[in-house]
Amino acid sequence: MNEIRKVISVIVQNEDGALSRISSLFAGRGYNIESLTVAPIPESEYSRFTIVTNGSKRVLEQITKQLHKLIPTYKVIDTSDVVEKEMVLVKIPLDGNLSGLDAILKGYNGIVANSTEDSLILMAVDDANRITNFLKIIKKFKPSEIVRGGSVSMEK
Amino acid sequence: MKISGSQMVIEALKKEGIKVVFGYPGGAIMNVYDAMYTNDFKHILTRHEQAAVHAADGYARVSGEVGVSIVTSGPGFTNAITGLATAYTDSIPLVVISGQVPITMIGTDAFQEIDAVGISRPCVKHNYLVKDVNDLPRVLKEAFYIARSGRPGPVHVDIPKDVSAQMGVFDYPKEISLKTYKPHTKGSVKQIRKAIEAICRAKKPILYLGGGIVSSNSSNLVREFTKMSGIPAVETLMARGVLGHDNPLLLGMLGMHGNYSSNMAMSEADLMIALGPRFDDRVTGRLDEFAKHAKIIHVDIDPSSIGKLVDVDYPIVGDLENVLIQMIEEAKDKINPDDYEGWRGLLKRYDEIHPLSYNENSDRLKPQWVVERIGEILGDKALVSTDVGQHQMWTAQFYPFSFPRQFLTSGGLGTMGFGFPAALGANKANSEKVSINITGDGSILMNIQELMTCVEHKIPVINIILNNNYLGMVRQWQTFFYDKRYAETDLSMQPDFVKLSESFGGIGYRVETKEEFDKALKDAISKKCVAMIDVVIDRLENVLPMVPAGGTLYNMMLEDKELS
Repeated sequence: MNEIRKVISVIVQNEDGALSRISSLFAGRGYNIESLTVAPIPESEYSRFTIVTNGSKRVLEQITKQLHKLIPTYKVIDTSDVVEKEMVLVKIPLDGNLSGLDAILKGYNGIVANSTEDSLILMAVDDANRITNFLKIIKKFKPSEIVRGGSVSMEK
Repeated sequence: MKISGSQMVIEALKKEGIKVVFGYPGGAIMNVYDAMYTNDFKHILTRHEQAAVHAADGYARVSGEVGVSIVTSGPGFTNAITGLATAYTDSIPLVVISGQVPITMIGTDAFQEIDAVGISRPCVKHNYLVKDVNDLPRVLKEAFYIARSGRPGPVHVDIPKDVSAQMGVFDYPKEISLKTYKPHTKGSVKQIRKAIEAICRAKKPILYLGGGIVSSNSSNLVREFTKMSGIPAVETLMARGVLGHDNPLLLGMLGMHGNYSSNMAMSEADLMIALGPRFDDRVTGRLDEFAKHAKIIHVDIDPSSIGKLVDVDYPIVGDLENVLIQMIEEAKDKINPDDYEGWRGLLKRYDEIHPLSYNENSDRLKPQWVVERIGEILGDKALVSTDVGQHQMWTAQFYPFSFPRQFLTSGGLGTMGFGFPAALGANKANSEKVSINITGDGSILMNIQELMTCVEHKIPVINIILNNNYLGMVRQWQTFFYDKRYAETDLSMQPDFVKLSESFGGIGYRVETKEEFDKALKDAISKKCVAMIDVVIDRLENVLPMVPAGGTLYNMMLEDKELS
């Protein structure tokens, strides 16, 4: 069956073990997690999980239903009509040729987040597939470290 | 007035109407046991934590109430896990309370410390680690509510020793409403109407009855719907007793060891009306061939059960009781039982061609005869539990079940060692009936220590061992699929079950003939004492018919000679 990529947001009651309930659901049932981010929703008793996963149509439907079945789950948002963004940090050494870097950063909503005598930390925020592209392009600057943030999303 | 956390546990049990708990004490749960002692709360001390949970499970299956079990931390709790997993797969409502090391010691690898909620998470409906005594009343209330509502299941509450010692106000909520948990109970009227229309259009409809009917106590409604519609029905292992063995519309049990007409009915039907089953692989065989001509109506209270394995044409999420009331109302004057006369006739002929049967071709007792004989002698006067294996299937095939909650078996998880403690719990729920555990010589040894519990509490469970000196079901698979290489299934080494029972203070019989069996069973019933009837059966008898794992329901092995 065709594998489909999907972003699912889950609103879950803030409590001990919420993250492990969700991650062990995925592990136990053999579902994939491409990325998972979580943070409390300000001024509420809930946290929001953004999970990027993939699977067949049946599997994706099961994931939604199983997430909903967890007792502390308030809401599962699986609409595809969302804005999805991801942040990435990239450390590159300062010993090479950096020509073109500015233009690349501009193209991917990037900035220089930090600089030291021998390295720069770049930060870019964009759609997840564009972040993947950004990382391909940035390779020529020989990054020494890459940290992807995982997707966050919001319904339009 | 403030009371201790352990006192709160007892008060909560009283408020929930719990009459008996099954458990085993230990260090981290001692506060609760102390409160039980001073309150004179009824407790059955099993001889192993696994048995305590199975006993609570048996109690729940028979009574329809929540079963309660109490165990200590660490090994006490890990022993209980098999019981939790068994109840979870069969959707049995339980509350299992475990002790935990004091909060101050959690994470230090303290004596008898284990991450209990971490272990129980995948085999419970929900769990709690209580960190503040003031949360305890609410947590216990929620635990009982979650266990019995929606699709029932076990809930685990882990209580650290310092929390059970702390004092707090016992403010037990009367009602509960959880923002994040609202089981659907009413089915969509529109969907139900569509389903009835589909039934009216069908020529060969079949009712596929599952364990959800038992959980929702809607057997009478199912009987009513079956009668008014004239639609033939098949039962899953978990639904045995729903229609009653003498119901003319019941074809039998379907699946791997289902009878011919049941499996053929499913294979040829043009409409399946699935009421609370879960399309287990032991029922469906190869999925893409399962009921492949049929449109599917599936009623279940758990949305995740619908569409999990097969595509459903008419999904109805709701409590079966409510849905059936609406279905019956909607079906009046629309469904005509005469429409299915030809279909019923065909299925009847299938049953005449290949009825469920066995050969009495040996000097040894046939296990099927033993089960039938128990049925003749006890019928609806028994609660029948089983362990797992050949004896379980023979019981499901040949016992004349006449009411729901009569048959207790580990259907989903397939837990050997379930039957005896479950029978013990069943007797605590209803002592008017005779508690029979039909078991095998492999399974019975997996919770044999419960002989002591039964002797101590005068619980007259009769264990009937269908003894073939084999792990019979595995041996059967080795015969069929592993060229008769009987790896580790020969149980020629056995205890003397009679002496074993007697050594605990029970009674025992070893029987080899029909006369001896009758005499032993009648004697055991009259003695009202825990008993073992060790029945020597034909060693190489196989459970038939059989659909090999992953095979199709319409390709059954029917007779032994085809196999040799």
